[in-house]
Amino acid sequence: MILRWLRCTLFIIVAIFLIGPIYSWAQDDKDQYEYIDISNPFLRKIPLAVPLFKTETGSQEAKNLATSTAELLASSLEFTGYFKLLDRGAFLFDPNKDGVLTPQINFANWTVIGAELLITGLFEEVGGNITMELRLFDTFKARRIIGKKYTGRKNDQRKMIHRFCSEVIKYLTGHRGVFGSKIAFVSTGSGNKEIYSCEFDGYNPQQVTRNQSISLFPAWSNDGRYLAYTSYKSGKPDLFIKDLAEMQETSISEKGLNITPAWVPGKFELAATLSFSGDQEIYLLTGSGKVIKRLTNIRGIDVSPTWSPDGKKFAFVSNRSGSPQVYIQDLASEKVRRLTFEGSYNTQPSWSPKGDKIAYASVVDGRRNIVVMDLNGEEALQLTHESGDNEAPSWSPDGSLIAFSSNREGPFRIYVMTAFGTDQRRLLVMTGEQTNPKWSMNDFNN
Amino acid sequence: MQKKKWIFLALLLVIPGLMFSVSCQKKLVDASPKPVTEPEPQPEPEKEEPPPPVVSKTPDVIMQEDIYFDFDKATLTPAAQDNLLRKAEWLRENSDVTVTIEGHCDARGTNEYNLALGDRRAESAKAFLVDLGIAASRITTISYGEERPVCTQQDEECWAKNRRDNFVVN
Repeated sequence: MILRWLRCTLFIIVAIFLIGPIYSWAQDDKDQYEYIDISNPFLRKIPLAVPLFKTETGSQEAKNLATSTAELLASSLEFTGYFKLLDRGAFLFDPNKDGVLTPQINFANWTVIGAELLITGLFEEVGGNITMELRLFDTFKARRIIGKKYTGRKNDQRKMIHRFCSEVIKYLTGHRGVFGSKIAFVSTGSGNKEIYSCEFDGYNPQQVTRNQSISLFPAWSNDGRYLAYTSYKSGKPDLFIKDLAEMQETSISEKGLNITPAWVPGKFELAATLSFSGDQEIYLLTGSGKVIKRLTNIRGIDVSPTWSPDGKKFAFVSNRSGSPQVYIQDLASEKVRRLTFEGSYNTQPSWSPKGDKIAYASVVDGRRNIVVMDLNGEEALQLTHESGDNEAPSWSPDGSLIAFSSNREGPFRIYVMTAFGTDQRRLLVMTGEQTNPKWSMNDFNN
Repeated sequence: MQKKKWIFLALLLVIPGLMFSVSCQKKLVDASPKPVTEPEPQPEPEKEEPPPPVVSKTPDVIMQEDIYFDFDKATLTPAAQDNLLRKAEWLRENSDVTVTIEGHCDARGTNEYNLALGDRRAESAKAFLVDLGIAASRITTISYGEERPVCTQQDEECWAKNRRDNFVVN
């Protein structure tokens, strides 16, 4: 009886969780997937118009700020790869004269130049504070989809714009996008390999470690507060967990290797490769660096764990079959299966946030290239071709983009592409070489 | 007085040890786990016979020599084994020194896996030396993966130089 009652309750709870969000989405945004089908590899880019913002106050400084804000909005949305930004020169619109509210907009002026979506902005600067009203319109349906007002300090400009971008992308795809995320990476700019981090679009790179040694393999905790990485700063490859809020560090310095950390989704635990036993094995550790248990147990190299989004499985690299290949292990049953069979060097797996794919670097004809594989191991899609070496793929938190490292222009730098391999572009320009990118979670999920 | 006795005893042990080293070499090479290397070792030790006296004259040179590995392999080649035999001789003679073995890789792989591979390369040299009677406590290992190349060109000659164990006498 009790069991049946429990089962019944559980069913209802699960049902509420499942149906709840769907129901509320359906109410809010009846037709959101009409715009972007993110599972479609031959995605058509939506023509989007972002005219300059209308400013009420007249100072030149305010006008300049309004212009840079509109530019930022356009470039941030373009970064997603979903849109084709239309040339402002073709617009039949003057922000000084024409209105930006629904009744004032002549939608025919936008549909005639091919714009399907339009974003208008009303911008005001008063005493160092900025206020903006941003509106997204469907030009063919001649209606407003989103309207938001933001107020903040001048230097909150990026945050405000990215909050709105997040709203736009959520409406169009059902996901919040990448606008609240960061990318950590390794750079040799200072003369040593140190860990850096920048915003999702390469903005504002900051040096995170000053170890004056080799530092490698950054890994963000779920909440972005901790950064785990490997460093030789004590003379050997140890693992460090840096609390970015408190600027404190704990270390894991077992004999031998302490490398390739990967946080367990939703937990303050991580997997990493340690070799104190004499063999390179993957262990589960607490966030404070204590060994919980050994996860792999076979002679040979086991390295580079990456977790499924539900934290129940992890993929990793093992040479148990004689060459480095990607394997998947179930945490509870410890059952292992081999994922990659093509080629003799498949490493650096990265599990997609949606859980359905694993990206990895594969040596193809002597060059490293990025391949995305379905979990059944049947559909392998090579995303980079004939452009130097391409390695260390890392998914964006919404699964729409992949960051990676490439030497296609000489030195290794960080690049970004869509999950289907389109729109490959360099993320940032810095001195030295940049490798090992790792994308954080999105902190705009609230 | 006591010390002299010990030195004398040690010499008594070391000199016959040196004399038997040729036969020792053959046995150890034969005992290596790789069947692929079977035909090679027999002619090689004969060629290597002259070096031992040289070894004892210029010991540091022996320790400065790197040993090399095949791509994606941590197993010791016959040449690496011969080199390690000579290193063992020197380590026996200089029983007060400790050594750090650094495992390195070429840049063709990826750096996570290469760190693990470098670890195995350093450990396989250590295991070989321990089998030859060098105390494990005298040998530490560290992997640098592909982080410290001696050669940065992208060709096989250069990659081969980077796939190495480097021995640092402390």
